[in-house]
Amino acid sequence: MFESLTDKLSSALRNLRGVGKLSEDNMADALKEVRTALLSADVHFKVAREFVERVQAQCVGQEVIKSVTPGQQIIKIIHDELVRLLGEGTTDLSPARPLKVLMAGLHGSGKTTSTAKLGRLLKKRGYRPFVIACDVYRPAAIDQLEILAKQEELGFYGDRVSKDVPAIGAAGLAAAQAAGADAILFDTAGRLQIDADLIEEVKKLRARIQPDEVLLVADGALGQEAVNVAKAFHDALQLTGLILTKLDGDARGGAALSIKSITGVPIKFVGTGEKVADFDTFYPDRLASRILGMGDVVSLVERAQENIDQKEAEKMAEKLRKADFNLEDFLAQLQQVKKLGSMQSIMGMMPGMSGVALPDDAEKQMARTEAIIKSMTLQERRKPDVLNGNRRLRIANGAGVKVLEVNQLMKQFQQMQKMMKMLKGGGAKKMMRQMEGMKGKGGFPGF
Amino acid sequence: MFGLFKKFKDGLAKTVAAITEKTHGLFGGRTIDASSLETLEEALFTADFGVATTGEILTEIKAASRKDKELRGQEAAAIGAAVLRRVLTGSERALTAAPTAPTVIVMIGVNGSGKTTTSAKLGWLLKQDGKSVMLAACDTFRAAAVEQLKSWATRLDLPIVASHTGADAAAVAFDAWQAAKARGCDYLIVDTAGRLHTKGHLMDELAKIRRVLQKNDPTAPHHAWLVVDGSLGTNSIEQARVFHKSFGLTGLVVTKLDGTSRGGAIVGIWRELGLPIYFLGLGEQPEDLQPFSAENYAKAVFGLET
Repeated sequence: MFESLTDKLSSALRNLRGVGKLSEDNMADALKEVRTALLSADVHFKVAREFVERVQAQCVGQEVIKSVTPGQQIIKIIHDELVRLLGEGTTDLSPARPLKVLMAGLHGSGKTTSTAKLGRLLKKRGYRPFVIACDVYRPAAIDQLEILAKQEELGFYGDRVSKDVPAIGAAGLAAAQAAGADAILFDTAGRLQIDADLIEEVKKLRARIQPDEVLLVADGALGQEAVNVAKAFHDALQLTGLILTKLDGDARGGAALSIKSITGVPIKFVGTGEKVADFDTFYPDRLASRILGMGDVVSLVERAQENIDQKEAEKMAEKLRKADFNLEDFLAQLQQVKKLGSMQSIMGMMPGMSGVALPDDAEKQMARTEAIIKSMTLQERRKPDVLNGNRRLRIANGAGVKVLEVNQLMKQFQQMQKMMKMLKGGGAKKMMRQMEGMKGKGGFPGF
Repeated sequence: MFGLFKKFKDGLAKTVAAITEKTHGLFGGRTIDASSLETLEEALFTADFGVATTGEILTEIKAASRKDKELRGQEAAAIGAAVLRRVLTGSERALTAAPTAPTVIVMIGVNGSGKTTTSAKLGWLLKQDGKSVMLAACDTFRAAAVEQLKSWATRLDLPIVASHTGADAAAVAFDAWQAAKARGCDYLIVDTAGRLHTKGHLMDELAKIRRVLQKNDPTAPHHAWLVVDGSLGTNSIEQARVFHKSFGLTGLVVTKLDGTSRGGAIVGIWRELGLPIYFLGLGEQPEDLQPFSAENYAKAVFGLET
């Protein structure tokens, strides 16, 4: 569904070859594509328009560099601008101790789960966290927080009788302080930003507990509505940050740009899974790539790191970089990949592959592929060129498949090699450089 | 019927306000010009209708205004509503009972879309209609999800089959069907755990629920509904596509439309997948689950009198 923006731009800019400078005229089509890409990534209409205007201003007058295509050049400008916008402000929390954090947001955005996740993270950072259940409306919301708190060994306060939210907050705060907690998190009920009574309630809670951080919890798949939500919550509560949830799905996350542009508050954390541990500091470059449909290589690498043997990964990275990759590597790769989760979700994170639909029986297909490669001799795996008709027949018999399937696999493999050579030439270089840069920060030891 | 109609309109009132506010009386008496077309485009985009539907509506209104330089806003709105109505032709669907009871309805969706609340509301609605209903608490994953549905069941006085968190969801579904059959219930509503459509193993669990239900009744589940959060954007379409492909959906319920979101993504889902829309969630109360009407929806979006 999502064609990558790079592809779209390349076709829009095809007639730009031979043009020396970017101008408003020759970029018109390309900028239209940029706008459409942003809109289909759920960036708000106005935010998208302003963004495109800014990018246009930056592009016009630039020399078209010969070594790269104009499309890539514009993508870089867009990407950098997105990273700048998304990354403004600090992801650090207030240094106050005790640190009081108020969580707010729409129904089902993930406040209770995020409260537990943030509690866990703060505990790891040396705080003594304490969570307070201020959602008195949703049935069993208090139970949910209590269970999660117990599970993560966080302090907990809840009141199943009272409906007076500010009073519950104050009582919880006192209980937390008495327990010697120094990170106190208030989980609140989901509310619509236009529900005057409930907004008034959370304002009162805010006034009563005087939080150091007020975090809006927003679903990463929010649509155009994100702007209304963010604006109303910001007006009511003076937000200090944003938590973007459910980023383990395949939403492009354009809502984050909308919210950032409207409120100016920094995006601090992202929720990346159902487990309480699936919570992370925000990295603007990853989200920028995602919004632009350029894949989320870094997240893929991280997921890989959790599951993949490190030396193996290093070797693989080197081979990918050199586009030197044989069937033996392919087999090793397959076996590693199986640990990573569904094929489709992995493809979604690969640059330029987000739109590639996998057949229903992709996993079975993988098993067959494995069987085929395992039926080859080492020589055949290393030098697939030697595969003649006889060899293919033998392999097919050995793997219990038809020769046709062996042929198909070889064809796929060749395509893959071709793609890697392409990656080697263009976007991949930048990717690798980025990862190289992160190496210093200790983020990506594998690369 | 009139009561229902009014409720629908009231529920979408804020939606109407939001669109008409944005269009600054665009749909009033003034004639349409270039700048009002641009405003219209913005209003349509911010309703999450998607690029295709927005383009279609704009094209027709532009064509009409070329033909008739004096085209009034009100007429443009009528054209827009007509296009939307046309796009949504066939998208309404009323809940039908299976030949043999219980009619099984499975609620599916991503985390936080409102499955549990919708299950409870639907149970209440059917009960009001004189039907007997059994709830099955098959979200055994999220902490306290079972308690959430149980507490609804108590509040609305509906029977429920539930186990504990961590139990096998398919086993609960099996037991619930047996209980519903034994009690002679007309409907069995199966609430499932929220799952992102990108998680293969969780999708497998859904398939297991289906298999187990089919051991009891080969025609079950009779309805498999995707519960869609109306405030989400284009990703809803992707969600629907993947759930449909792996589980075989029969329709949609769209929730949280009592805010200012237009839930336009349902138009995209209908266009792409042809999944009919059964109900809209227009508020937090049990009676706020309303049958979908394409006519009313299209008119409400364009601020026309219904």
